[in-house]
Amino acid sequence: MDNSPTTPVDLEKVKNILDSLPISATTRDILAGLDCHIPDPERTAYNIRENSRCAGRHSTPEIQIVPKTDGKSGVDVYVAAGTVDQSVYIPACISQSGVDEDVYNDFHIGAGAKVKIIAGCGIHTHSNEKSRHSGIHNFYLEAGARVIYVEKHLGGGVGRHNVQIDPITHCELAEGSYLEMDTVQIGGVDDSRRLTTGTVGPGASLVVKESLLTEFEQRTTTDFNITLAGAGSSVELASRSVAKDDSYQEYTSVITGDNACKGHSACDAILVGRGKVDATPTLRANHPDAQLIHEAAIGKIAGDQIIKLQTLGLTEAEAEQKIIDGFLRTL
Amino acid sequence: MLKLNDISYDIPDREGILKDVNMEIGTGEMVVVTGPNGGGKTSLIRAIAGVIQPSSGEIWLDDTDLTELGITERANAGVAYSFQNPVRFKGFRVRDLIRIAAKRRMKEQEICNVLSRVGLCARSYIDREVDGSLSGGELKRIEIATVLMRKVKLYLFDEPEAGIDLWSFGHLVEIFSELRKDSGATIVIISHQERIINLADRLAVLADGRLTHFGTRDEILPHLHIRPFSFSCQTDGAE
Repeated sequence: MDNSPTTPVDLEKVKNILDSLPISATTRDILAGLDCHIPDPERTAYNIRENSRCAGRHSTPEIQIVPKTDGKSGVDVYVAAGTVDQSVYIPACISQSGVDEDVYNDFHIGAGAKVKIIAGCGIHTHSNEKSRHSGIHNFYLEAGARVIYVEKHLGGGVGRHNVQIDPITHCELAEGSYLEMDTVQIGGVDDSRRLTTGTVGPGASLVVKESLLTEFEQRTTTDFNITLAGAGSSVELASRSVAKDDSYQEYTSVITGDNACKGHSACDAILVGRGKVDATPTLRANHPDAQLIHEAAIGKIAGDQIIKLQTLGLTEAEAEQKIIDGFLRTL
Repeated sequence: MLKLNDISYDIPDREGILKDVNMEIGTGEMVVVTGPNGGGKTSLIRAIAGVIQPSSGEIWLDDTDLTELGITERANAGVAYSFQNPVRFKGFRVRDLIRIAAKRRMKEQEICNVLSRVGLCARSYIDREVDGSLSGGELKRIEIATVLMRKVKLYLFDEPEAGIDLWSFGHLVEIFSELRKDSGATIVIISHQERIINLADRLAVLADGRLTHFGTRDEILPHLHIRPFSFSCQTDGAE
């Protein structure tokens, strides 16, 4: 549970907000890995979880973070209509083994608000005992709201097969709203079941950029199920993944067009070693003016790409890593 | 100095892609290699860059025997190679590729200057991906930029004019003229273009895997039938 009271912070005295929080060094490392730097406390609301407790919470006048009152773990984030140039940080850090949690975070974005939300989960285990985190996020965007959502998942520490992160995301986009989700899971997560669902209203747009890397014997499934309900609605799903070693990934997307709309799904995967990828994009057009496209491409790194970078002085291994980093947008 | 001693290249289904090619190109000299399609020009330049391994022969750059070195080692020994068909990289921005070529962090203005040098309106290209969204000519100019920014002993260009529009081609000729004048490096260019041929200190003609002509422009040009944008050569002429 993370219903502990908000940690008081004297913004006048604290230059780096993270320095003021009672968190472990491991958690600080995880936060750095999640790009949680909280640059401007006066324009940033945050809720930092450490091992299933609240390590720090701060609201601004326009962005209120309120603990759940229905017995579930998590928070409600209320962004007032018209709020601009403010951010929300809600990282979840697990720095020990044996944690198993479902966290419910709901985001209520007022009409016309423009905010950036930085989320993510890092798990650092100290034994072979498993730790699991499932972030169950619901986004409710009112008319004209615009949200950039950045989510990163990291795993590390001792042992194998013991880091599981299962993000479940649902979004409801009202007329003319825009949600861009940039999600990254690069290494260290042994098992992950990702589910993203949503309903896109009239003139609203959903953009999802997903970058996944699996290695060793890791497994990840990623499912999208998006309904384009409103006239002029659109969705752009772009998943890029790299499956190394003996890892396995499964990609499924279903885009349903119930109105005059545009939907595009692209799944690109690179195989390294004995990695395997299954991709199943599905389109359902229930309206004569629905324009839906899907693309899926799976294959090894092109030999010419490696050679080109070698002619610039990189070794074959360095070239392969650069290509993967670029492909996953982590250069 | 680049020295090629008896370079031959065969593959299982085809012998004699290169047949005993011997060339010696001085430091600071520009040689344009030309000849009919399928004559072995690209194979020769790929053999020098280490992309293919000759079946026999030796390749020397100054006092360094490149023959057994891999692509990376040759690049680090001072060989820069511009591909005929530029490679596309999904996810690489133009700035990423330029930085990799430079092997250092670069300020945005520096990258812009590099792109401007090859005739690209820099600010609008710097964050574009080096993928199918760029035209062949744009990719080609970015490819040339990645090579030009390296300070090396030997520059290899494989048909740099391919895919370049006429307006940009004039700019490209100026670039090679400056490179020849200022770099002090050895330059080998595969080209069919008269204006590039006219920059050369010497011309080499490869046909059917053999070096059929190698000499100054005055010696070689009478054996070539120059047309405005292409040429053919008489392979029965004297060496």
